[in-house]
Formats: sequence, C-alpha cells, structure tokens
Amino acid sequence: MSAVLPPVAEDDLVERLRWAVTDAVTVAGRDVAHWRRQPAVVLVGALFPVLLLLMFVYLFGGAMVVPGGDYRDFLVPGLFGLAMVFGLEATMTSVVTDATRGITDRFRSLPMAPSAVVAGRCLADLGSSVLGLAVLVAAAFAVGWRPGGAAEVLAAVGLLLLLRSAFLWMGVFLGLLTRDPATVTAVQVLVWPFAFLSNAFVPASTMPGWLATIAEWNPLAATVTAVRGLFGQPVDAGGGWATEHALVLAVAWPVVLTVLFAALSVRRWQGLSR
Amino acid sequence: MAAIRTLGLRKVYGGTAVLDGVDLEVARGSVCALLGPNGAGKTTAVRIMTTLLRPDGGTVEVAGLDVVRRPRAVRRRLGMVGQQPAVDEVLGGRQNLVLFARLHHLDRRAARRRAGELLAQVGLGDVDDRPVRQFSGGMRRRLDIAAALVLAPEVLFLDEPTTGLDPAGRRDVWDAVRTLVAGGTTVLLTTQYLEEAEHLADDVCVLDRGRVAARGTPRELTAAIGGDRLELVVSDPARAAEAAALAERAAAGPAGGRPRGGARQAAPGRSVVVPVDRRPGVVGDVVRALDGAGIDVDDLVLRPTTLDEAYLRITGHARAEVPA
Repeated sequence: MSAVLPPVAEDDLVERLRWAVTDAVTVAGRDVAHWRRQPAVVLVGALFPVLLLLMFVYLFGGAMVVPGGDYRDFLVPGLFGLAMVFGLEATMTSVVTDATRGITDRFRSLPMAPSAVVAGRCLADLGSSVLGLAVLVAAAFAVGWRPGGAAEVLAAVGLLLLLRSAFLWMGVFLGLLTRDPATVTAVQVLVWPFAFLSNAFVPASTMPGWLATIAEWNPLAATVTAVRGLFGQPVDAGGGWATEHALVLAVAWPVVLTVLFAALSVRRWQGLSR
Repeated sequence: MAAIRTLGLRKVYGGTAVLDGVDLEVARGSVCALLGPNGAGKTTAVRIMTTLLRPDGGTVEVAGLDVVRRPRAVRRRLGMVGQQPAVDEVLGGRQNLVLFARLHHLDRRAARRRAGELLAQVGLGDVDDRPVRQFSGGMRRRLDIAAALVLAPEVLFLDEPTTGLDPAGRRDVWDAVRTLVAGGTTVLLTTQYLEEAEHLADDVCVLDRGRVAARGTPRELTAAIGGDRLELVVSDPARAAEAAALAERAAAGPAGGRPRGGARQAAPGRSVVVPVDRRPGVVGDVVRALDGAGIDVDDLVLRPTTLDEAYLRITGHARAEVPA
C-alpha cells in the first residue's frame, strides 16, 4: 500500500537543507503558475504605480517645484520606493488567503520543509517586485527619465529590494497575525499616510519642522533619498542628519525591520501549533 | 497494531480543557467516526493527530509513531482533509495535485504520473484544465481528498468532509472513502451527521465537551441505549399523550417490568414514539391496551433506535445542527 513512499534520509542535515531550497522554489512556482493563469491581475498590479507616475508627472507635476532639478527626476525614485511599500499588501493578502483557505494547514501537514512555506512566499514576492520595478522603469524611460551608470542602477535596485524585504516580512507577520481579510483593507488604507509622510512626492524641507523630521526618518524616505543620490538626481538639499546619511539608513532601516519582523514571524509561525 | 492510539490526550485553551483525557484506539484498516456537536473537541483532536497542534498532555501515536517526537515521519504516513477544501482555487485540478506531489518530494515525472492516478482514483479523470474555482462543491472535495492521498497514506483524517455539500456531493465523498477503505487505508473522520457515521464507520466515538461520552460500533451504541422504538400514529391527536403513557405501560409487560420511560410525542400531533425492549408479544400487548382504551391506531412500526436518538441520550443535549 505504501508502494509510492520514496526513501528519505529524514534526519540528514544536508538532505533537509536541499529540500528546504527545493520546496521553497516549488512553493514560489505556485505563484508563477498564478501569474500565467491571471496575467490581467499581474498587469493591473504593475500598472498602478505607472498610473501614479503619469498622474504626478503630467497632472500635478506642473505645479511642483523642487530645488536643484526637474520634478520628474525627483519623483521617479520616490515611486520606486513606493512600489516596494505597496508590496506589503500583496504579501499580506497572500498569507491571509492561504491561512483562511486552509492551504497553510495543508502545507504544514505535508512532509515538506516547513520553512519553505514562508521562503517560497519571499521568493515569489521578490520576483513579482522585480517584475513590477521593470515595468515602472520602462514607463519612467518613456516619460523621459534617465538613470546614471549601470553600477549605480544595480546598487539602487539592491536598496529597493532590501526595502521590499523589510515590508515583505512585515506582511508575513501581519498576515499570520490576522485571520480576517478585512484587516488587509485597513493596512491598505494605512499605507497611504505612511507613504505621503516621506519625501517620496515632495521634499521634506518644504514641510513644517517637526513633520519634516518624521518624514526624513521614514524608512521609505531613507531608501528614496539614497536612490536619488545614486541616480545623481535632485535630493532634498535642506535635509537634516537623516538625509545626509540616507545611504546608511537605507541599509540599516530595512535590515533592522527585516530581522525584527522575521523573528516575530517565526514566533507567530511556531504559535500556530499552540 | 492500532493505526491511531491516544492516551489521556489533553488540550487546554485559556484554562478550559478542550480535550480532557481522550483515549482512543483505531484499528488498522477500519473507519472510526468521531461524533459530537460543535465545540466537542473533534477538530482539535484531529489537528493534534495530524501534527498541526501540540497536545498539552497525553500521548498520540499515528501509524505507530509519536506525533510530537516524530512529526515529519508521521506526516509522510498521514493524509489530512480539513474542514474546507484546501486546494488552490486559481490552478487547475491536475496542477494542484502536481504541486502537492512535488511537495511530497516526488520528482517531476513521478508527480505528473501520480496526479493522473489520483484524479482517476477520485473520479476526476476527465477533468480539464479549468481553475478549481469553477468546480462544484463535490468535485472540489474529491480533489481535496486526492491531494491528501499522494503517498497513499496509512491513515487518512477527514474533518467534517461532507459539511456544506449537497446530497450528490456527499455521496461522492462517501464513495471515495469506501474505495479507500477497501484498499486498506485507516480512516478517522469527524462528523456531526449520525447518518454519516452509520454509513461509513466501523466504530463510533462520541465526544462531548472534550471527553469520550460513548464508543462502540453504531449497532452497539444504539443497543446500549436500549432496544427498539415503537412508533404509533393515533387517529385523534387529543389522545396522543394518553396513548403514549398506555403504550409505555403495556410495553413494559404484565410481569411487573418497569416502564423504560422516555415515551414522547415527536411533535404536537398524532405521532408517538415509545422505547420498548424487544420481547415476544410486545406489539400485541400495546395494540390490545390501546384498543381496550378505545384509542384508534392508524399506523404502527417497530424499529431499532437510531444513532440520533442514542446520541441524544448519551450527550444529554440536542445536537447543535440537525441534518436536513
């Protein structure tokens, strides 16, 4: 009856590591299969930041003046950062959906590597962010934006994906925390003030002092400022310490957030068996 | 050897024991139904046995392995079908099974082959590529069961597999379970439907408030509660209560036997149900007594106690949900 049971070395560490990777890729492959089946969903998700780009360049852009350059060049890195923050909702939605539909429990009852459930989610979401970023970059090119050298672009993409991973783990944790899809909507709403309370759309130096400080210290602002610097594009000239040390903060913030939320997620995951 | 064995299984949530010392033994190749109302602890028990939850006390062995100490080994030998179909709605049926087969560590070719076998096994062999979201409830459930069978598990757990299904869907699931059992799989299913337990189970374990309230074969359980039921339909609803009392006394017999008690009118109306011990002449005695009192009887049936009635007696309260 157990004829199909393949032999495994259950406790062999190397073997387990190998399966942890293989299983994560398999789980991520499920998302790829989703994209293939629902290209429209992927497209709409990728086009939303593009819509924002067009709105802010052509609709509001005319009234925007930033010190030291063109508003379009100021805006584009801001939207890159924003697209990474939007990933929070995507991750959270996937995690909540799988938990409420019993898929997470099914995975947990399988002889697969338990870590692969979350690792697969990370792979898939990072992959989708790279795709989304590519679409946005193409759109920015179309409206006349030009980045600096290849090395700087790669470094900028690295910083953006680092920010994405911070929000990814936040999404995993929040997704594991709630069983109620309505919470996702609440988070969706909260993402906006968080995004606006940064220098993504306007220089923090144009805000009242206390607000500027908050906006400057926003993790999104650190990444956006650092990316602007890498692209050789206008940064917020009148900024304080946080702006001057944006590159350090653009690494420190995501690393701290990733470590924090990854630890919380692991705890929460273990808590599922309680 | 037992396929499932729990000893003093306990699970406590916020000071309340959801499972309070459950002992259970399910023989290899048999079907055991965990029966109980909402909140009896059925799902918690299944989640512990399938390694999803840790017990707070007691031991649980599935396929001879301790679920706490060797969860991975246990997972390779069990299949779990939860309360709702846990399949990917966007993917097709075959795609789902290939995914789960890959996660059982079958290689690409083996996974594809196994997916085909499983689809055929649950009667979805001719399913096309459409997303699961477009499946009927019964089809989705069968796919869900197929996903739990990738490694031909020794023990299959089904948590309320037919809740929310229409009669056709329910029949589909029952057929699938019977086929599996014929192939030697041990099945533990939870259900609120006595009918389901009667149809499928070799043994029934009634859980009530975290404890085993009764166990045995469906036949034993009904017999333990006491013999048979005499169902009467009287012509005059006004005399139904009187008929019940008379019938009960007559059924107890002339030898001074005690009336069993529990005679009742099923509803305000003409129908009366009387618990009786089966003995020679019992029906005649009741008819003569009623005839003597001038009560006209239109219909009379002697039948075994249903598991439904047994259940009510065991748990002392009505079930939360009554099957339609």
